[in-house]
Amino acid sequence: MTFIAPIKFAIDLLAVLLLALGIKGLSKVRSAREANRLAAIAMILAAFGVLLNSQGTIGISINSWVWIIGGTLIGGLLGALTAKRVPMTAMPEIVALFNGCGGMSSLLVALGVALFPSAEGADGVVGELIRKFSIGVSLFVGAITFSGSIVAMAKLQGWLSTPSWTQSKARHFFNILCAVIALIGGIYLLIDGQNSLFLIVVASSLLGIGVTLPIGGADMPVVISLLNSYSGVAAAAAGFVVGSQLLIVAGAMVGAAGLILTQVMCDGMNRSLVSVLFGGALGASSIASVGGGGEYTNITSCSPEECALTLEAAERVVIVPGYGLAVAQAQHTLREVTRVLENADIEVTYAIHPVAGRMPGHMNVLLAEADVPYEQLKEMDVINPEFPATDVVLVLGANDVVNPQAKNDQTSPLYGMPVLDVQEARTVFVVKRGMSAGYSGIKNDLFDLQNTSMVFGDAKKVLGDLLLELKELGVGSKG
Amino acid sequence: MSFFSEALWVLLLGSLLGLELIGKVPPTLHTPLMSGANAISGITMLAALTLIIKSGDNLPLLIIGSISLGFALFNVVGGFLVTDRMLAMFSRKKTRK
Repeated sequence: MTFIAPIKFAIDLLAVLLLALGIKGLSKVRSAREANRLAAIAMILAAFGVLLNSQGTIGISINSWVWIIGGTLIGGLLGALTAKRVPMTAMPEIVALFNGCGGMSSLLVALGVALFPSAEGADGVVGELIRKFSIGVSLFVGAITFSGSIVAMAKLQGWLSTPSWTQSKARHFFNILCAVIALIGGIYLLIDGQNSLFLIVVASSLLGIGVTLPIGGADMPVVISLLNSYSGVAAAAAGFVVGSQLLIVAGAMVGAAGLILTQVMCDGMNRSLVSVLFGGALGASSIASVGGGGEYTNITSCSPEECALTLEAAERVVIVPGYGLAVAQAQHTLREVTRVLENADIEVTYAIHPVAGRMPGHMNVLLAEADVPYEQLKEMDVINPEFPATDVVLVLGANDVVNPQAKNDQTSPLYGMPVLDVQEARTVFVVKRGMSAGYSGIKNDLFDLQNTSMVFGDAKKVLGDLLLELKELGVGSKG
Repeated sequence: MSFFSEALWVLLLGSLLGLELIGKVPPTLHTPLMSGANAISGITMLAALTLIIKSGDNLPLLIIGSISLGFALFNVVGGFLVTDRMLAMFSRKKTRK
C-alpha cells in the first residue's frame, strides 16, 4: 500500500507527458505516426496504473475482472474490426461513430455513479454539490456528443436527409426547449438527487439531434470536430465524477485542442462557428435570399475526347480534386490517368485546397491511398502563383474553392474565402455531374469564362473515358 | 474538498496545455489529428474501469460499467488503428523515395 501510491502517481505523470507529446507530434507530418503510437502507449499505461492501484489498495474481485475483460474484448475487437474494414472515403463517418461512443461511455459512467452512489463519497456538502454538478455535465455533454455524432454519421452516410422543419425557425424553439428542460433537470439533480437523471439524458439527446440534423453535408466535418471537443469535455467531467485527475487532464487537453482544430477548419471554409451551428444548411437558405449573381450565359461543354486531345498537347497539368471526386471514389482512376500523362513527360501536380475532400486534409489521405507521391501535392499558397504557367487545369468535383467571385465580387457571400486561381491557366476543364451549384448554392463565375469547358458526368466515369481516349491517342505508351 | 480544488487547477492547466499544443497544423494532418484526438478522448475508459472495480457485487452497476468500458475501448482501439492506417499511407511514400 505504501509504495503503490507513488508508483501509480509516476505512471499517471508519465501517461500525461506521453499524451501531451502525442498531441503535439500529431500536428507535424514527420512525427505524426510515432506520436499516435506514443498516445496509444500512454493509454495502455494509464489503464495499467488504474488496475495496479486498485489491486494494491481495495483489491479487484474475480467478478470485476470478468466484466472488465468482457467489455475490453468486445469493445476492442469491434473497434479493431471497424478500423480495418472501413474504406478511406468513409473517414468522416467513422470518426463521428467512434466519437459518439466515447461520449456514450462518459454518459454511462455518470449514470452508474448517480444511480448507485457509494457510501464513501463523503466530501462534505460542497464536495457533494460538485460531484452532482459533474454528473449533470457528464450526462448533458455525453448525451449531446452521442446523439449528435450518430446523426452526423447517418447524414454523411446518406441514411438521413434534412427534414424541412429543421430549416424553419421552429427548430430554434425545439432546441431552446430541450436546453431549458435539461437545465431544469440539472438544477433538480443538484437539489434532490436521482429523479431527474433520465430527463437530462433524454432532453440532451434531443438537443444533440436538433442541433445536428439541420446541418448540411459540407459543414458536417466542423460539427464532428466540435463534437470531438465535447467528448473531451465529457471525459473531463467523468474524471470529476470518479475522482481521476489523469482523466481530467486528458479530457481538458482534447477538449481545448478540439476547439482550436474546429476554429482552424472554420477559417479554411470562411465560415464562422456560429453560422455553422445556427445558420442551418447554407445551400438551402442562400439560393433564395442571395441568388449569387444570376444565370450562366456562356457555358461551353465538351467531350472526354476533346479533353484528351488538349491534355496530349499540354506540358504542365494541374489537377484540382474536390468533394465530388471523393464521393465518386474516383481517386484510383485519376491516378491511372496521371500515370499515363507522366509517361508522356507531362508534368502533373495536384492543387489541394485546405478544405478539399469530405473534411480538411481528407483529400491528402485519399490521394496517398491511391499512391500519388506526396511531393506532387501542393498547398494553395504554393500552387497559386504557378497557374499562369499552366497549360491545363482539370477540376474534378470541386466548385466553391475555384470560384473567382471570392476574389472579385465584394457582394458575394464567398468574398474573402481563400480560393485556387485556376482561371489564370490557359485551359480549364471542369468535370461535374450537372450545372447544380456547390454547397454554398452560389453561381460559379469560372464556368462562364472563355477558357473554361465543362465535361459533364460522374467523375469516375469521365476519368475512365478519358483514360481510354488517351490510350487510343497513344499518349504515354511509347516507353 | 481538497481533491476538487486540486482538480480544478488540473482542469485549468490541462485546458491551457491543449490550447497551446496545436499551434500551426498543416492541412494534411487535420483528418488524422482529429481522429487521433478522438481516440484520446476515449480515456474515459479509466472511469469505466474505476466504476467496475468499485461496484463490488452490484450486478446492474457491473453491467453499466462493462458496457461503458466497451464503448470507450471501441473508441480507443478503433481510433488509434484508423489513425495509424491513415498516417501509414503518408510515411510509406516517404520511405520509398
